[in-house]
Amino acid sequence: MWRYAVRRVLQMVPVLLGTTLFIYVLVFALPGDPIRALAGEKPLPDSVYQALRDHYHLDDPLLVQYGRYVFGVLFRGDFGETFNGQSVGQLIADSWTVTAQLAATAWLFELVVGMSLGVWAGLSAARRGGRGGGTRRGGFADAAVLGGTTVAIAIPSFVLAYSAQLVFGLKLGWFPTAGTDAGWPMSYLLPGMVVAAAELGYVARLTRTSLVENMRADYVRTAVSKGLPRHRVVVRHTLRNSLIPVVTYLGTQIGYFMAGSIIVEGIFNLPGIGHEIWLALQIKEGPTIVGIVTFLVLVYLFANLVVDLLYGVLDPRIRYD
Amino acid sequence: MTVTASPNPTPGAPLLAVDDLHVEFRPRGRTVHAVNGLSYELREGETLAILGESGSGKSVSAQAVLGLLDSPPAFITKGEVRFRGTNLLALPERRRRTYRGAKIAMIFQDALSALNPVHRVGDQVAEMLRVHRGLGRSAARERAVELLDRVRIPSAAARAGDYPHQFSGGMRQRVMIAMALALDPDVLIADEPTTALDVTVQAQIMRLLAELQDELSMGLILITHDLAVVADVADRIVVMYAGRAVEEAYVEDLYARPAHPYTEGLLASVPRVDRRSAALIPIPGSPPSLAAIPPGCPFHPRCPRARGRERCATEVPELRTVAERDEAARRSACHYAEEVLPDAVRTS
Repeated sequence: MWRYAVRRVLQMVPVLLGTTLFIYVLVFALPGDPIRALAGEKPLPDSVYQALRDHYHLDDPLLVQYGRYVFGVLFRGDFGETFNGQSVGQLIADSWTVTAQLAATAWLFELVVGMSLGVWAGLSAARRGGRGGGTRRGGFADAAVLGGTTVAIAIPSFVLAYSAQLVFGLKLGWFPTAGTDAGWPMSYLLPGMVVAAAELGYVARLTRTSLVENMRADYVRTAVSKGLPRHRVVVRHTLRNSLIPVVTYLGTQIGYFMAGSIIVEGIFNLPGIGHEIWLALQIKEGPTIVGIVTFLVLVYLFANLVVDLLYGVLDPRIRYD
Repeated sequence: MTVTASPNPTPGAPLLAVDDLHVEFRPRGRTVHAVNGLSYELREGETLAILGESGSGKSVSAQAVLGLLDSPPAFITKGEVRFRGTNLLALPERRRRTYRGAKIAMIFQDALSALNPVHRVGDQVAEMLRVHRGLGRSAARERAVELLDRVRIPSAAARAGDYPHQFSGGMRQRVMIAMALALDPDVLIADEPTTALDVTVQAQIMRLLAELQDELSMGLILITHDLAVVADVADRIVVMYAGRAVEEAYVEDLYARPAHPYTEGLLASVPRVDRRSAALIPIPGSPPSLAAIPPGCPFHPRCPRARGRERCATEVPELRTVAERDEAARRSACHYAEEVLPDAVRTS
C-alpha cells in the first residue's frame, strides 16, 4: 500500500507539469496586453512599460518563461508575483481557507443530505420492487427524490444563489446574504447549500441505484436466510456494500468543490480562491491564474489518491500492487 | 451419540411438511406459475432430494419455505409450510424470522456471491450467534472458529479473519455450511450446493454434508438437477416438473422402477459407464414455459405414453400412491403409472 502511494505521488509529477504548461499556454494566448490593461485609460510612459515587461519577463519566449516559472516553484517554492507585487503563494494562503470552509460546508451537505435522500428513496424502491427484480419504481419517497433532484440538477447555480439570498437572506433573514463576517458556519451555510444543491442530486441518485442493485444481491438473500432483523440486513449487509461507489464519488467531489465555486464565491462575495481567479482572469494576470490552477490540480490529485486508498479499506477485494 | 430432539408441539407431525404450495410471480401484469401445488414431507434425520430441471420450481419452493421470496413480485397464493406442525406462512414476519437460521437453515449454489464480500468470514459466521444467541464478540468469534474447524477448514483460527474472495470455491462452500450449522438447525436446505464446484470438490462437499447430517441428525433437503448427486446421499426423492411433484419414491425404488414417464426419461438420458455402447436418449421437446403450462398433465406434450390419450391432455393427474412400502413411500402423478411401473424393471 505504501509503495502504491509513493508510486501514485510520483505519477502526479507529469500530470502536474502537463496541466501547468497547458494553463500557461492558454494564459499566454489570451488576447490583449496585461501591462497596458493595468494602466487603464492613462497611457503608460514607454520606459515604465518596458521596465514592467522586463520585470515580468513578458518578452521572453513562451518556453523560457514557463521553464523559469517551474524552476521557481520547484526549487524556491515561489509561485511568482501578481502585477501589484503580492506573492501568489501568499495570495493562495490568504484565500484558500475561505474556499476550504465553503467546500467543507458544501461537501457535508452533499454527504448528509444526498446520502440520506438516496437511502430513503432506495429503500422505498426496494420495498416495492423486491429483491428478486421486478419493477424499479418505488413509492412516494422514490418519486419525490427523483423529481426533486432533477429540478436541483437543472437549475443553474446563479439562479439558485440569488433566490437563496433573496428568500433566506433578505426575506426571512435567517442567514447573512454575503461576506464572511459571521464566520463559519453561519456565513457559509447559504453558499454551501447552493454549491451542494446540484451535486447532491447525483449523490442521492447514485446511492439509490447502488442500494437497489445491492438489495438484489445474493448475499442479501443470505442475510435474510440467517434470520437477521431487517435493519441489520439493510445497514450491515446492504448499505455497507452500496456505499462503496458513493464514497468514491464523494472523495472526488472534494477537489471539485475547491475549484468549482467561482460563481458562488462571486455572488456571495466570499474572498476565496474562486474570487481571486475571477479577478486575475479579468486583468490577464498570468502568474496568479497558473499558481491557483496548479494549487487546485494538486488538491484534486491528492483527494483522488486518498479516495483510492480509502477504496481499499472499504472493499477488501481491492489490492494495491 | 445421543440426540435430544427439540420439543415437538404437535406430536406425530413430520419435521417439515409442504402442503399444496402455490407460488406465482407477477412481473408487470404477467403471471408466472412457478410452483403449482407442491407437497412433500421431511422426516427427522432424513435426506430428501428434490430433483428437477431449471425452471421446475425447486429453488423457488425452497425459498418459499424459508420466506426468502420478495413480495412483489412473488406471491404464495395457496398452501402451508408446517415446521413441526406450525404453519410458518401464517406467522407474522417477526416470529417467522426466529425460524430462519435457527430451525431451518439454507446454503446456496454460489458461495462467492452468497457470502458478503466486505465482511470477514469469521464475523459472518459469528453474526448468527450474536444475533440469535446474544453471544458477546469474543465468545461468538471463538464458536465461529470451532464451526469453521468442524467443516474442516484448515487452520480455521487464522482463516476466520480472511474475506470470502480469499478462499477457494470448495472452502467457501464450507464457510456457508459452517454458517448454516451455527445454530444447530433441525432442517438444512441445500440449494444446488455443489453445482458451482468441480467434480472432486463436489464429492468432498457432499461427503461433508452427509457426515454432518448424520452427526447432527438434522433433516436435509437437497435440491439438485444432478441424478448422480442424489443417488449417493438421498433417502427419498421428489421429482419436480413444471412446479409440481410428479413422483416421490425411495431412491433405490426410483432408480430401479420409475413410476412416471418423466423420471423414466430422465434416467434414460443419463450417460452410464456400464452401457457404453447405448446412445443417450434425450427427452424430446423442452420444459414448458411457466407462464403457459399445458392443460392436463404438464408433461403430456413430451410424453411417449400420452400419444392419443385424451385424458392426459385434459385432466390434471393427482399425485397418488401407486405402490406400498410405507405411507407416502411411492407416489406418482401419472394417470397410467401402473403401466409405467412394470415396464421399468431394469433390463441391464
